[in-house]
Amino acid sequence: MSQGHSPLSQFEIQTLVQMPKLAGYNIDFTNASLFMVLAVVSVFSFLFFGMGKGALVPGRWQSMAELTYEFVASTVRDTVGSAGRQYFPMVFSVFLFVLCLNLLGMIPFSFAVTSHIIVTFALAAFIFIGVTLVAIFKQGLGGFVAHFLPSGTPWWMVWLIYPIEVISYMARPCSLAIRLAANMMAGHTMMKVVAGFVVSMLAAESVFVQAGSVVPFVFTVLMTAFEFMVAFIQAYIFTILSCVYLSEALHESH
Amino acid sequence: MEAEASKLIGMGLATLGMIGAAIGCGIVFSGLIGAIARNPSTENKLTKYAFIGAAFAEFMGLLAFVVAIMIMNQ
Repeated sequence: MSQGHSPLSQFEIQTLVQMPKLAGYNIDFTNASLFMVLAVVSVFSFLFFGMGKGALVPGRWQSMAELTYEFVASTVRDTVGSAGRQYFPMVFSVFLFVLCLNLLGMIPFSFAVTSHIIVTFALAAFIFIGVTLVAIFKQGLGGFVAHFLPSGTPWWMVWLIYPIEVISYMARPCSLAIRLAANMMAGHTMMKVVAGFVVSMLAAESVFVQAGSVVPFVFTVLMTAFEFMVAFIQAYIFTILSCVYLSEALHESH
Repeated sequence: MEAEASKLIGMGLATLGMIGAAIGCGIVFSGLIGAIARNPSTENKLTKYAFIGAAFAEFMGLLAFVVAIMIMNQ
């Protein structure tokens, strides 16, 4: 599919299958939808066919699936503790979904779904609402409202501390969302800009400039390696911050 | 000054905010290297926390980038 000249045109959403409007909402099947479906299918098949045999001594695929499980399980265990076992499926799904979307975006000519704020904000909003509901059910509405006030603040500072705590609590889903989306967008934009340098240097007239196009090429290769690491780290950070917020909701420790 | 020129200047100025993020990430990892040098057995734990801290520090720099993009779309 042809892309424009701007480095930001890779983030355009293109409709693949037109669908009739549902209650006035546009539910076309776009390239973002395609990659989300691909992510779900690949995560499912990775785990399902990996654990298909369920041998006691794992083969390679089963070993990878078990390693992934153990990685997220140990993260949940270390941050939330034993009370977090009920929330492990959600954390596992979020981690694998975000990781797979990030990695699928690294394929050349593909589409990075997590570079759109609306996608990451939807994920972060669900987690935020879920964690808030967990906190309200665990500590009661009064306990939840009171936990914004750290114990031991003098009464004359309450009017200042309380709104600050509430605002910083509300900033959590925004920070989760923007961190992931901006990392992905910045990385892909930079790769596109540097790769564009390779092409424009090759199209120059002087032989020295054409030979010098190796430099942005090597840089693109290194950037790609770095972006793989960033994809994994950002998925891990999204997950571990969700676990930290969850543990704060489950264990009253303020 | 026309709007297009001031938009470009604004975008350039907005990305100066990433200086702080770069210095912050450097501070986090220099602390990590110093701590590993003093006590090599805690390497795994500290590396995990260092990456989390670096993500927090880098996030502020990315906010500067987001402001630049917002100016560009204005």
